[in-house]
Amino acid sequence: MGTKVCDRCGHKLRSRHPMSLQTVWAFWLMGLICYIPANTYPMLRTQTLFQVDESTIIAGAVEIAHHGSYGIAAIILFASVVIPLAKFWAVAYLAVSVKNPTRVSNQRRQLLYEVVEYIGRWSMIDIFVVAILSALVQLNTLATINPGMASIFFALSVIFTMLSAQAFDSRLIWDVQAKSGGSDAA
Amino acid sequence: MKDFSETRSDMMLDDIIVCPQCDAVYRMKKPEHGERASCQRCHKVLIAPRRNAGLHIIAVSLAVLFLIIGAAVFPFLTIDAAGNKNAVSILDAALAFSGGPMIVLSLATAALIIFVPLLRVMLTLYVLVPLVLDQPAGRYAIPAFRLSEALRPWSMAEIFAIGCAVALVKVSDLAQVGFGPAFWMFGILVVLVIAQDSFMCKWSVWHRLEHPKTS
Repeated sequence: MGTKVCDRCGHKLRSRHPMSLQTVWAFWLMGLICYIPANTYPMLRTQTLFQVDESTIIAGAVEIAHHGSYGIAAIILFASVVIPLAKFWAVAYLAVSVKNPTRVSNQRRQLLYEVVEYIGRWSMIDIFVVAILSALVQLNTLATINPGMASIFFALSVIFTMLSAQAFDSRLIWDVQAKSGGSDAA
Repeated sequence: MKDFSETRSDMMLDDIIVCPQCDAVYRMKKPEHGERASCQRCHKVLIAPRRNAGLHIIAVSLAVLFLIIGAAVFPFLTIDAAGNKNAVSILDAALAFSGGPMIVLSLATAALIIFVPLLRVMLTLYVLVPLVLDQPAGRYAIPAFRLSEALRPWSMAEIFAIGCAVALVKVSDLAQVGFGPAFWMFGILVVLVIAQDSFMCKWSVWHRLEHPKTS
């Protein structure tokens, strides 16, 4: 159509971002790299009367389970381990699927993309919990909680995965259909 | 916006809407108030005009503005264990990561839970108030609205609220926890932010910015 800039909002027009998938993979890799120290470094440093306790995400959940709160331990494991890993898998799968033929329908993949985009932000909840705990539990000698190094890596990992999901152009999912001559474009 | 006479192709562009999510092209038919037009292929809602939506959004935005300021300043949670008391505001929580590289995380947290929501509210007011009053749009209304939409995923007030609940469960066996006034303000805030997002029809706002007189 020859229009280079959107008449309405002034944004540069591009049919498809030429580097969309590269950007997705770059952020994806950064997120994955940050996710490793997020699990090996301690997330919380709890200091009570007689002991200092540094626990990683998984160790913390296991400890809570030992205390008998299986429900909370499951929620923590789900929110900070299962969901991030599922997100890495889902973004990678979507990025691969637009280049290669796949049996999963476009609607399903669109749904997967929407779920990933929606859930991505909620992983920041871990960071906020750490922030609230460290601000709140400052009771002099009785008990103090301080954030550990893992929190910064975890936050970075969440931010990079969000950027990765945003960089993915959902129209690429439907381009595959257009190329293969799909007819159900209502 | 266009300073040249409308050519045939421009007329056609006005009649066409493209799904931003899957690129399906439709001929436009503006839905009535309360109806919604959605993409048949991927079911994304394209247009959802509501009666007096602008006014509602402005009212909600003003409420959000005051609540954010109030929630940020007043004590948020109090903790009491064997005589040791501590009260924190949301700003305290955001700035909990102190020392060395952690300061970056502090700034990011403060931005995500206070400053980005605050900025979005102010941008929304700047764009919508003139439109609702039938005044010419603000000079920077277009970039302002674009920025506001781009910031949408980074506004995490509601996630912070759920984070509070989780933190309370973790602390409750360690100490007595009480809620400050800011806690309730924040609770209302979360509901309002969600309401504000659901009232907003992006297409209608863009349309009004482009055609101040019509509709």
